[in-house]
Amino acid sequence: MSNISLKDQYINKTRRDFLKKAGAGVTTAMLASGITLMAYPDPALAREPNEGVDPTKRWGLLIDVNKCTEDCNECVTACSQENGWKLDGNPAVDSQWIRKLKIKNPKTGFEQTFPVMCQHCANPPCVDVCPTGASFKRADGIVLVDKHICIGCRYCMMACPYKARSFVHEPLEDQKSHAPRGKGTVESCTLCVHRVDRGDQPACVDRCATKGHGALMFGDLNDPKSEIAKTLATYATKQIRADLGLDTGVRYQNL
Amino acid sequence: MALPIAYSSINSGKGFYATLALLAGFIAAGAAAFLYVEHHGHVVTGMTNQIVWGLPHVFAIFLIVAASGALNVASIGSVFNKKAYKPLSRISGVLALALLAGGLAVLLLDLGRPDRMIVAITTYNFKSIFAWNIILYSGFMAIVGAYVYMQMAKGMEKYKRPLGILAFIWRLALTTGTGSIFGWLVARQGYDAAIMAPLFIAMSLSFGMAAFILVVKYTGKATGNLLGSKMTWRMGRLMGIMAAAVLYFTTVRNLGNLYAAEHAGVEEFILFSGNIFTKLFWFGQILIGGVLPLVLLFAPNKGESSSRVTLASVLIIIGGFAQLYVIIVGGQAYPLVMFPGMEVSSSFQDGVVASYMPSIYEAALGLGGVAISLLIVVFAMMAFKLLPRDMSDAALDPHHAVKAK
Amino acid sequence: MFAKLKQVLSVAAKSVAMVAVALLISSATSHAEEKKAQAGYPSWGPQFTLPKSDNKCVHDPDFAKTGKCVRDTAFMRRNHMELLKHKRDRTMRQGIRTKDSSLQNCINCHVTKDKADKAIKVSNPKHFCASCHLFVAVKLDCFECHRSTPETPKGSASIPKIPAHSNLLAANTDEAKNLKNFLSNHAKEGVTQ
Ligand code: SF4
Ligand code: SF4
Repeated sequence: MSNISLKDQYINKTRRDFLKKAGAGVTTAMLASGITLMAYPDPALAREPNEGVDPTKRWGLLIDVNKCTEDCNECVTACSQENGWKLDGNPAVDSQWIRKLKIKNPKTGFEQTFPVMCQHCANPPCVDVCPTGASFKRADGIVLVDKHICIGCRYCMMACPYKARSFVHEPLEDQKSHAPRGKGTVESCTLCVHRVDRGDQPACVDRCATKGHGALMFGDLNDPKSEIAKTLATYATKQIRADLGLDTGVRYQNL
Repeated sequence: MALPIAYSSINSGKGFYATLALLAGFIAAGAAAFLYVEHHGHVVTGMTNQIVWGLPHVFAIFLIVAASGALNVASIGSVFNKKAYKPLSRISGVLALALLAGGLAVLLLDLGRPDRMIVAITTYNFKSIFAWNIILYSGFMAIVGAYVYMQMAKGMEKYKRPLGILAFIWRLALTTGTGSIFGWLVARQGYDAAIMAPLFIAMSLSFGMAAFILVVKYTGKATGNLLGSKMTWRMGRLMGIMAAAVLYFTTVRNLGNLYAAEHAGVEEFILFSGNIFTKLFWFGQILIGGVLPLVLLFAPNKGESSSRVTLASVLIIIGGFAQLYVIIVGGQAYPLVMFPGMEVSSSFQDGVVASYMPSIYEAALGLGGVAISLLIVVFAMMAFKLLPRDMSDAALDPHHAVKAK
Repeated sequence: MFAKLKQVLSVAAKSVAMVAVALLISSATSHAEEKKAQAGYPSWGPQFTLPKSDNKCVHDPDFAKTGKCVRDTAFMRRNHMELLKHKRDRTMRQGIRTKDSSLQNCINCHVTKDKADKAIKVSNPKHFCASCHLFVAVKLDCFECHRSTPETPKGSASIPKIPAHSNLLAANTDEAKNLKNFLSNHAKEGVTQ
């Protein structure tokens, strides 16, 4: 931070002020248009590029299974477009950061569909087992793979209870600048960390809202005033395989 | 006190160069396979996002597990003070080192980023059992290396026993660590069991003994220095007891899994409906690797036979591979249970039994690892005096031989 | 047995000694190179004189406009990887996303285009990073995962129109002439910078 010149700091300050005003505007506009699940961007959550992650926050998702429709795959498409992975006709080896799951109760025939991605566990087994420390949890709860030191041992994939991780099986080029990915390393949902860091919400959440479903909500689980925390406090929600005690950051409503 | 044992090195023998050439060929094939996979990515292997650990890991873990077992003879000699085993401690220690080196080579060469091995060795996450294993492996190398050196150096007698005991304890830790790689995976219904650690120890004792018997017998035959049949039989019986222990722990593990509701699904899969895994389990692991060797070694009224020990060793090794295949690949093939009692489907093969077809590259890499181990043993036997000049019963254990007369 | 052991040990000792000597020699020569570079003579690469090293951080967040790099060339040649590595850890682990020393910005600025005005990839030996790394035979690891060309998504800076080193070119010095020469030679081969 000592590297940042006074001029930069000034620019940052004015930018922050501007963002705050603009952010307020966005929030109001959203409320006016009645999309209640768009709890974000929130001006208070915008962070300067030279500020590190805020350890008081814990980013999370709430997925309302009732609002998720079976034939919709928009969140998956949005993620694929945003982060540059794609299903290339070989589902066994192609990366899938997010997937639509369908579950059916064999006794009653009752079916539900919903997206599953890295659950951003508070006690992530992938991080515990990673021999090099490449898998890590950021101070704000986002679980990432540091591909600079990942050796591609795939132990984290063995350890993840949600099959959230993929191994890059082939050489790649023309990745997205903000989402580096490469052969021989493991990857998974980053909660769109590049967007979160600039004060946006993940691409899937955005897309689901613009398509009018509003099944996904993003926010700070630690902030009791956030929309997501309020919803969690009001309605019954679930974590997948809560029995494992991983305290996932992704929660499901009406599951 | 009997005469001191004389040792000799080896640089000729029946099929000496043929053996060397064969091993070098396997290593070359393994190296080619490694380069090919490294260039094209793991897409050319049979491994997928569902079966993330495949045949290379079966080979690697077999070798690592057998490594600690190969130290049996040295441990029996120095820790339990059995005289007849002492002359064979050198080769026992060297075989242990070589097997470990071969296994680690396969493990490291199968990494997605083998060029970052240095990262694997220099950055540790101390919470990871995998990182602990790297420390256990390096420690094993150092301790067993020192132990073998003490065996050969003059005037080091007083260090032999303490080092032998240290090596013995260390290898138990090492096998426990290897077993825990799986035992730690709470999310995988096929692995999550404390019994994995003792099971792996039993496996290591029996696989390692089998490898030791085969290597020593083969070398003895090639150099015309036959291993005494009494000694062979004693070691064979020991191996049989360990194979029985493997069967015992396997039974306990599988029965235990059947009772635990959470694991019943995967257990039913392995035991009855898993197709290839079911076959490998019953025919490979239980019949070939367990029952047959026990019959060969313990059937009453059959007398002692050195060739039956050889056969039993081969069967135990085949069964061992089958067993590790079932544990490693079978455990991943069974779909992860995220929603108990629900039928699950997706584009990511949720709720589907994953299929796995190992590629030639994986096989070549694994066999290359075995060849590395064996070549190290041959080179060590050339460079150092590892084998007793005379491996007959009379020379190894005069006392025992006299008694038997 | 001891004779053999001794033999092995002496071979090992000899090889260790040889490696040590090699390292010493190479570090000595590289030090000489450093001196040369500081005196303004590049010891390899395109033959034009380097600007004097003032080791001052230029720190212009909009490099493309001024054509200035974040540090002077001599410094960058030796230390770009340190800057990148420091930055990479701060971005990855702490979410600090300033533009200074961001690989993405390096790529956006140091762009080499082919005849069709398309940025070339690192697989092309004329790529800014590749050309040097190939020459000094140092493996480039960045682009195993990062893209090697600028990306122009909606809302982010577009590929800079002004070539890198434009400030150098504008000056009427020998340096500028050499650089122009070098660039036009490249242009003949179908690559512009
Ligand atoms: S869901 Fe899987 S990959 Fe994500 S944090 Fe949890 S264990 Fe790690
Ligand atoms: S594959 Fe990479 S991230 Fe996963 S455990 Fe191994 S080193 Fe860690």
